[in-house]
Amino acid sequence: MPNIIAVVCASYGLAQSVCDGEDLPARAERFFRSDHTNNWAVLVCTSRFWFNYRHVANTLSVYRSVKRLGIPDSHIVLMLADDMACNHRNPKPATVFSHKNMELNVYGDDVEVDYRGYEVTVENFLRVLTGRLPPSTPRSKRLLSDDHSNILIYLTGHGGNGFLKFQDSEEISNVELADAFEQMWQKRRYNELLFIIDTCQGASMYERFYSPNLMALASSQVGEDSLSHQPDLAIGVHLMDRYTFYLLEFLEDIHPASQANMNDLFKVCPKSQCVSTPGHRTDLFQRDPGSVLITDFFGSVRKVEITMETINLTVPGIPLERFGGEPHTETALAYVDQLPVAQIIHQKPKQKDWHPPDGFILGLWTLILLVFFRTYGIKHLKHIF
Amino acid sequence: LSIRPVLSDPEKQRGRSAAVAIAALVIAAGIPLWWKTTETYRAWLPAARIGELEALQLELRVEVEVVFARGTLSPEQQKKVPASRITYESCCKSKSLCLVEADHALHTLTETSCGSVVIYIIPEASALLPQDMRVYVGRSRTALLRSQVASVVGAGLPEVLAALDPQMEQVLQTMSFNHQDVTAALTDRLRPGLSTRDSLADSMRAFKSSPGYEITFSLLNPDPKHHQLHWDVEAALDAYIYPLLHKMAPVANFSVDSQILYYAVLGVNPRYDASASAYTLSADSLAHVINPVEARLGSNAASSNPVLNFLLYVPDSLHSPLIIRNDQKQEVASNAFHSPRWGGIMVYNVDGAYGNDTQFPVDIAIDMSRVMGVFLSQLRLMLGFQQTGAPPGFVLEAAGREGVAEWELDRLLWSRSVENVATASASITSLAQLLDQIANIVINDNIAQQVASAVTALQAAVAELEAGNLALALEHSREAISASERAFFDPSLLHLLYFPDDQKFAIYIPLFLPMCVPILLSLLKIFREVQQHRAEKRAKRD
Repeated sequence: MPNIIAVVCASYGLAQSVCDGEDLPARAERFFRSDHTNNWAVLVCTSRFWFNYRHVANTLSVYRSVKRLGIPDSHIVLMLADDMACNHRNPKPATVFSHKNMELNVYGDDVEVDYRGYEVTVENFLRVLTGRLPPSTPRSKRLLSDDHSNILIYLTGHGGNGFLKFQDSEEISNVELADAFEQMWQKRRYNELLFIIDTCQGASMYERFYSPNLMALASSQVGEDSLSHQPDLAIGVHLMDRYTFYLLEFLEDIHPASQANMNDLFKVCPKSQCVSTPGHRTDLFQRDPGSVLITDFFGSVRKVEITMETINLTVPGIPLERFGGEPHTETALAYVDQLPVAQIIHQKPKQKDWHPPDGFILGLWTLILLVFFRTYGIKHLKHIF
Repeated sequence: LSIRPVLSDPEKQRGRSAAVAIAALVIAAGIPLWWKTTETYRAWLPAARIGELEALQLELRVEVEVVFARGTLSPEQQKKVPASRITYESCCKSKSLCLVEADHALHTLTETSCGSVVIYIIPEASALLPQDMRVYVGRSRTALLRSQVASVVGAGLPEVLAALDPQMEQVLQTMSFNHQDVTAALTDRLRPGLSTRDSLADSMRAFKSSPGYEITFSLLNPDPKHHQLHWDVEAALDAYIYPLLHKMAPVANFSVDSQILYYAVLGVNPRYDASASAYTLSADSLAHVINPVEARLGSNAASSNPVLNFLLYVPDSLHSPLIIRNDQKQEVASNAFHSPRWGGIMVYNVDGAYGNDTQFPVDIAIDMSRVMGVFLSQLRLMLGFQQTGAPPGFVLEAAGREGVAEWELDRLLWSRSVENVATASASITSLAQLLDQIANIVINDNIAQQVASAVTALQAAVAELEAGNLALALEHSREAISASERAFFDPSLLHLLYFPDDQKFAIYIPLFLPMCVPILLSLLKIFREVQQHRAEKRAKRD
């Protein structure tokens, strides 16, 4: 199968090169097949508590695949609502398994979680998507995509008809999500966006999308529940959800030069394996899904051009002029005093402002006085006043 | 048997007046108070001016000065030319050297402002240009055009100018902007498919307009045991890169840093080619080189500016020399490649610097001029200076040491100004639309102020573009885009609470209904009693 596709591409490229007079036929064709120059991924797990272990494992297995296919950590925003690897109830600390019998540890040793624990909220998620973060947010917590970025967004957790639950206390509705994507489109923060959701009734979350260049996949239709795959008896919880389990299996076969396309992805986890019916939506997407490679979203295959022109700077006889004026002498560098101990030790105690006694103290003293006078009689009052 | 309390008339009257007073208080004071305390603060936005921005018409004007040299016009044509200029000095033997000197001399004659173009028409028989070349474009904003109309005798000035028009237009399209450049700069607001393949490649390769860029030069040394590399990057940056960045200061801020990475390997295994006795990297494997390296490069955590990475890779002694082959299996002269919107990588072979039996590690000084030559050309591509496709008959003087010619910079400034204006107006209009649609968002004063200043700066930029003042237009457009981005991405503009109408009812009904029902019922009762009273009165009268 891959061979036929490669031949087709090359011949199309050759035809183009005859027209354009370019000398890089297949390469030019690959260059223009897709419009993106970089890839981003936003992977969100929205559930907390130990029994939602499978949602963290889902997200981490997608994270692992995406990293393996080339997207660097600086281009991945990973949001995990709870820490399963270092949870007190984890019998194997620092691991998160996705297969029973502990076959595959998806936690690994170079996981970079950008939003963790209670930082995973609807507000932070929408802020990451729309870019409206406070100026003090570090680079690793931002989605710095541009108009030629392909973004993969993966959500997992507990959901319902039209909403997704975050942290067991708040929800994001499909209208808000669609509006957030429209905001992203207005500022051209993505070139193409692939949205995957693995929750119950997941198809309801992409019903309201209306921005162009969006493709969406869900693990179940409205009215259906997404089921979990298999429990591990040693760990005691279900390890993965079915859809993501078979998605991970599918992605393990993909390598950075693979030519598998989106139609293969739509076939992942049919009803016989998943019990629920996975759905997808491509009407807002401009390209034909059969021509979209998996690595367009899950991997990061860079476009590369050979540098043909160079500038000849080695002109003999002309002295190098220094731009900044005369050369500065090398001064010995020293570290800035990291911990000003002297300042700390000799610090004067801060003057605390005086506050009048607050209600509790006043009430307590009133009570004591009342009890005293009631017990011993009111005649003692003259000793006070 | 039902017992009703019997109220005397004054009591009934008091009851009635109490009910009416309470109802009046609720309606007159309560409802306005509730309305005022539950409305969101929305500062005023200049909606009318924003509406004007949606139908933005851009007019770009280039100031062109045309100078006729002696011998190009007949005397009577000369009389009709509005102003007379002094011609250049003719000079000596070698043509190309002469051309540069002449260009330099001409440049000192006229004071060209940013965005303007000066075209010198030289006679056909002039020896300054080689025979088959019609136009020479120098390093500053001057062009020499060989006139072909001197032979036409008896033609009036308008005919001469009309004959020169298409050639001058071609010169202007090369030196300032053409339709494709402007369309490429406006891709934000245009439908896709309008730009050609070349301009699409250019727009994908160059970074979008941003207030600042970070440039990182990295030296990758995978084999410190054998190679002890010395690169004088500070001096090289001072000599070659900073002049270009200084010239680009009106466009953006640049922050440059450098680093050396040890034990950093490329992600692909090069193949040994016995015919060339070297290790080769084919063009296909280049795409997979960047990702493993990128994880180790790091970036400045404090800013969100786009990063350009330039990597210099010195192969380890086991895999030296390493050459890059293109699709046709030919060696690439520069031994370098670049990735759009990311940066460039150059492979620098040092195996020629030492023999087999030297004492390792070997001290090697890297030839920075060769390296910077490659990086400078890659940097130019990344920043938006397109690969110059000179029309036939044109000679474009290469920028060389200076990095960029002034007309190339002008070209970039034109497209940047247009891009900034387009992006800023798109942001402002979409922000206004968003704020209109969602009544729940609070619009603070600072956002309104940013929007107002963005609109003012936009209108100023458009006016300056129409007037032809490119430098001022760029400044205003930068102001506009920074104000509009700050307004659009303000953290307070988060429409978080999606309230469908039924939820609003569900919140207010338990609060207000128990209070309003007795008031309404008592008002109804009073109303009915009054009506009854009136009916009785009428009956009594009749």
